[in-house]
Amino acid sequence: MRIANRQLLTIVAEAALEQRLIDDLKRLGASGYTASKVRGEGRTGRHLQYLTGPSVELETIVNDDVAEAILTHVAENYFTHYAIVAWLTPVSVLRPERF
Amino acid sequence: MTLTLLLDNLLSAPVIAFVVAVIATLARFDLRLPDALPSILSAYLLFAIGLKGGRSLSESTFTDLIFPIIIAVAIGIVTPLAAWAMMRTFVKLSNVDAAGIAAHYGSVSAVTFVVVLATLDAQNMFYEGFVAGLLAILEVVGIVVGLSLARNRGSNLKKVLLEVTRGPSIALLLGGIVIGAAVGDARLAATDPLFVGLFTGALTLFLLEMGRLAGERLRDVVSAGWRLIAAAILLSIINGTIGAALSALSGLSTGGIAIMATLAASASYIAAPAAVRIALPEANPALSITTALGVTFPFNITLGIPLYIALAGWFS
Repeated sequence: MRIANRQLLTIVAEAALEQRLIDDLKRLGASGYTASKVRGEGRTGRHLQYLTGPSVELETIVNDDVAEAILTHVAENYFTHYAIVAWLTPVSVLRPERF
Repeated sequence: MTLTLLLDNLLSAPVIAFVVAVIATLARFDLRLPDALPSILSAYLLFAIGLKGGRSLSESTFTDLIFPIIIAVAIGIVTPLAAWAMMRTFVKLSNVDAAGIAAHYGSVSAVTFVVVLATLDAQNMFYEGFVAGLLAILEVVGIVVGLSLARNRGSNLKKVLLEVTRGPSIALLLGGIVIGAAVGDARLAATDPLFVGLFTGALTLFLLEMGRLAGERLRDVVSAGWRLIAAAILLSIINGTIGAALSALSGLSTGGIAIMATLAASASYIAAPAAVRIALPEANPALSITTALGVTFPFNITLGIPLYIALAGWFS
């Protein structure tokens, strides 16, 4: 069985950004994603949930280059004004050609 | 006359549900409806008012519509400007925060619209059903004018405009209008048990949820400062008066004028917040949501609507 290392990129953001982030992921090379509605509280408090609904969590498995491109883009465009966090987790996958 | 109106409005089931939910939430009772229900109710209400609008549209002529449409565009331009001016001069907010609030006040609250319809129905007052279509016009024009006040990133504005127009609230409303107009009054009778018969009940349940949201905002209102609160209430009255005065020129009935005044006085908290978040990320979202949902919405639902109905009687 061929197991390879990839990055699991997770982004939790206010719901208003969902479509934008999905477009960004695809454009920067992610081959797919999983989205869920999530609740929680962070530095900006819970108030944004009342504006645009629960936050969104996006997960995508990508290679190192794509992970870096997405994180750079997210940091430059959204970190300043939006409620958003993003992080990487190393994961092992089968069928690495898919990611 | 105004006092009776006020009591009639305050004692209707939806308004009482709203008030009880606000008080219960302040007392920390958990009135949350099951997760998906508020979205289902809001989709139902928007689609039902669309159907109702489309139904009346199928019986209107172009000349019935043209002046109300022009007036709706005018109201959509004037009300965000009034909001912006008020927030800049009286509350002394930054330009971008004032523009964010202006987009909320230029845009409209569909729930407030539904409540004024229910109030007029309860009083057997006539109004033109096609006003639901004017709601869609006001919503879009108001947001665009509000965002333009911040004058940043022109290309972004087009994208935001498309998102607002195609988003679920306007799309359901427009879908209802098209379907209602295509099917026509007689054949729509078969859908009446669902879309007419259950309407006030659904609205009552939905206002329970709105009361809970407004109650949670109300806690922040205190910290917002008296100037912002006073500005939010004054703005509703000023915009309501502008709306009544302008729509009196359009040949609408007294009920129609009351609806336009209420729309002009209302502030959006569904379409506008998402649009403003995307287009004006620097604007503080807490300011606009506190004023729109914590101050203007409760004011309009309880005291505002009877006032606008009275104003409509005076202007017509």
